[in-house]
Amino acid sequence: MAVLSIAEALKRAIQEEMRADPTVFVMGEDEDIPGGMGGAFTVTKGLADEFGFERVINTPISEILIAGACVGAAMAGMRPVADLQYGDFLFCMMDQLVNQAAKMCYMSNGQVKVPMVMRAPCGATNRGAQHAQSLESYFTHVPGLKVICPSTAYDAKGMMKQAIRDDNPVLVFEHKLLYGGNRKEAGQLNAVGEVPEEDYTVPFGKAAVRRAGGDITIVANLLMCYKALEAAEVLEREGIHCEVIDPRSLVPFDYETVLASLEKTGKLMIVHEDHYNCGWGAQLASYVAEQAITLLDAPVVRIATPDVPIPFSPPLERFVIPSAERIAQAARELAKL
Amino acid sequence: MEQFPGKERALGMYQKMFLIRTYEERIYYLFLEGIMPGTIHQSHGEEACAVGMLYDLRPDDWMASTHRPAGHDLAKGVSVRAMMCEMFGKAEGCCGGHGGAMHTGDIRVGAIPANAIVGGNLPIAAGIGLAFQMQKKDNVCVCFFGDGASNEGSYHETMNAAGLWKLPVVFVCENNLYSATTSIKLTCVLENVAADRAAVYGIPSEVVDGNDVLAVNAAAGRAIARARSGGGPTILELKTYRHGGHSRNDACGYRPKEEEAYWFARDPVHRFRARILEEGAATEEELVQLEEAVQAEVEEAVEYAKAAPFPPNESALEHVFWKEES
Repeated sequence: MAVLSIAEALKRAIQEEMRADPTVFVMGEDEDIPGGMGGAFTVTKGLADEFGFERVINTPISEILIAGACVGAAMAGMRPVADLQYGDFLFCMMDQLVNQAAKMCYMSNGQVKVPMVMRAPCGATNRGAQHAQSLESYFTHVPGLKVICPSTAYDAKGMMKQAIRDDNPVLVFEHKLLYGGNRKEAGQLNAVGEVPEEDYTVPFGKAAVRRAGGDITIVANLLMCYKALEAAEVLEREGIHCEVIDPRSLVPFDYETVLASLEKTGKLMIVHEDHYNCGWGAQLASYVAEQAITLLDAPVVRIATPDVPIPFSPPLERFVIPSAERIAQAARELAKL
Repeated sequence: MEQFPGKERALGMYQKMFLIRTYEERIYYLFLEGIMPGTIHQSHGEEACAVGMLYDLRPDDWMASTHRPAGHDLAKGVSVRAMMCEMFGKAEGCCGGHGGAMHTGDIRVGAIPANAIVGGNLPIAAGIGLAFQMQKKDNVCVCFFGDGASNEGSYHETMNAAGLWKLPVVFVCENNLYSATTSIKLTCVLENVAADRAAVYGIPSEVVDGNDVLAVNAAAGRAIARARSGGGPTILELKTYRHGGHSRNDACGYRPKEEEAYWFARDPVHRFRARILEEGAATEEELVQLEEAVQAEVEEAVEYAKAAPFPPNESALEHVFWKEES
């Protein structure tokens, strides 16, 4: 068992899969350029030393090409793992992801598969509105794409391996403040954790209960899971016992674990850094309303970034991104109902 | 002028061209009869491009087509019956009714699902070429696109990388002068919209009479050989002309009559037929016999497809994700 950061755990996963399967390769901008960073967040640093630049492919700044080449290479028997540097650049490749990658298997009636991984760093980090977004909800709306968001080092390795082995396009959202790589970020959390040396995978569609409690169910992903845990710690001292669930994958989504928790608590709070309007929390809330409204003793509470672009100024950014205090305060109100 | 091929080869090419012509004309009438669903983007008039490019491609070489895919698919070897069934949305269609007229293909013969986003197939073809290169195969991918696609960002991102990485891809611009209803002259300053934008990416190019199947085939041979031997991509710009409109119900009111007359006089199927007779490669009777056999094959496919069952409704929910058994 090694204690690794998420950035290191992701690298181990990619490295092990590249060793095990010659069809796996990495592509993107600034991938392990000598003297460079290894993507924007160090994940691919050092991979070229082992695998050479034939399998660690540096691309032009051409997002359409990156995504399209992944689709084509995947259809032709490879397993590309592409790095976006910043998830915000996903919009430059939307056609290839949404019209091509997601639909090839379906349009061909299952003749072709597209096993590709698109890694998208996300989250607000004092970089302004175009390097800050939490984009995962957009892609949950596209049939044919899988969407995952690992928040621990253990999950990062296990889910990345699962993503690389999956025969479908998988978008991996990695939070910039959770990487813990050598690149320091203001406000980053220490998300290092124990990671087995041996081969293992973490299946998609299975949420993790990060903290058990009987009063309120809080479902939160990525950085917000840590904020929710921080709030739960405070609330515990006030006698409010929160159960914190990390969905880990949004497509497929583990509704069962949420419903099982609501059987105990009857109260649901959803927290995400993604915007409020049509964020994945809206889907979860409506699912609960449709399928299990009788489990609820109070209205669903959604804590999300308000529907504004992410501002640069650090106090403004802190104001819009959900905080542990905001979660705790909303939980106190919810506990009274 | 290219050397005239032997009889078998000449008739083989003509058979494919006449098949595409017959198929597309039959589809048009089925559409006018009102019994064919959806829309159509037809390739009659451009038969020499499809057949010239694909005639010598190996079955394990791949081909990426566009929203106007029927000629390419038929030339690559997709079955006429499976194509026709797909046009009717039937279960036995090449895509089980999931694809339709703009997404036909059959991976078993190297025809990937055709792409209805202009320029969408270009980076995918690059990826296929990249895979062939990484797998150390000598396969090539032929990627068709229209004149309008050369104005897409995907064109430039793809060509830059393809030239850089010397990918085994033959990029084929079928320049039929119009992007839907807009003359390419209104949207690009260059005469050769693709070929004139090849050298800037370090890619060799040729401008070819796209209505002369032998000229196309000769250029294809050079480009395919270059790609197969590790010499990298080629951009071929084939000058051609749609006989029909962009899509259904397009009467081509935007095309000058003199222009149409010029191109219709250069009909690729008629030209090659006349050439075969002129070269003495076949007799009139032999050609008529070949044509009747093709017409019978297409007619059989039409009747078969009309009578074939639709897929069960539940199949609409299948193949969103890959399953091993699929």
